Amino acid sequence: MSALDMIVEVASWVAILLGSAFMLIGAVGTLRFPDFWSRVHAVSVADSAGMLLLTLGMCMQGGFTLVTVKLIIIGIFLFITGPTATHAVANAALVSGFLPKGADAFRKPKLIVDKETKKIKKKKRSPLKGKL
Amino acid sequence: MIRGIIALLGLAVLWLLMSGLYKPLILIFGALSVLLTVFILNRMDKVDGHKLGYDIGIFATLKYLGWLLIEIAKSNWAVTKVILSGKIPDQQKMFEVPVTQKSEIAQVVFANSITLTPGTITVESEDDIFIVHALEFDNSDMAALADMDSRVSAIETENAGGSQ
Repeated sequence: MSALDMIVEVASWVAILLGSAFMLIGAVGTLRFPDFWSRVHAVSVADSAGMLLLTLGMCMQGGFTLVTVKLIIIGIFLFITGPTATHAVANAALVSGFLPKGADAFRKPKLIVDKETKKIKKKKRSPLKGKL
Repeated sequence: MIRGIIALLGLAVLWLLMSGLYKPLILIFGALSVLLTVFILNRMDKVDGHKLGYDIGIFATLKYLGWLLIEIAKSNWAVTKVILSGKIPDQQKMFEVPVTQKSEIAQVVFANSITLTPGTITVESEDDIFIVHALEFDNSDMAALADMDSRVSAIETENAGGSQ
């Protein structure tokens, strides 16, 4: 094993261990934080640093092969879809009126649904009710 | 037409890289699936005709990406300290951030950048503001977000927003 191989090996294991550590920290934060809004932030540590470092470390383990190309593609997709998924979760909380303390100014106006629409929606939700 | 050729080349390269099997039969299957995908894409283009504008410069985006990775590292460290320090985060705040990008894709880049840096999340995107939630809000955050906003605006090309 040449010196360069050694350096790559050490660097990849440092990246993998650091990434795993960030994943663990994200998990600890998710368990420790008191409410939904702070927990989302804890997850995003695992989502960005943990994911990036783990992919980087695995790329260095893979060397110049197709596996590395696939890992890079996975990394790019996660880099884009991770924050999008976080945004979707947070946005769902906002739309359904689950807001943190002191943020009532951002509450969405409640959707007013008339009786007729409600009936149709109910029917769509359970189309077989009463027929079985 | 040019978009079709780019899609064809891109899908072919993607298939070759993902497959790793270069036997004749498999290659024919791959070519057929690429052609089918481009055919369906072309047909769907006729149905709605909505084209995704791509109004950001590649080199400027790469430069921005480098800056963003450093920011991610910094704010990761900040959130890690909050998690490991054992105190309850009591400086949470929801606030509005003005958005100056004109094209949709640059706004997506800005919103995703805010969410990617731990400690801040884009909760809602409206016409010219984002609603952002911060874990440990302090007054320097607004300046940092304005800085990020101007950096994202800088990666837009000249005629951004015209293609929508």
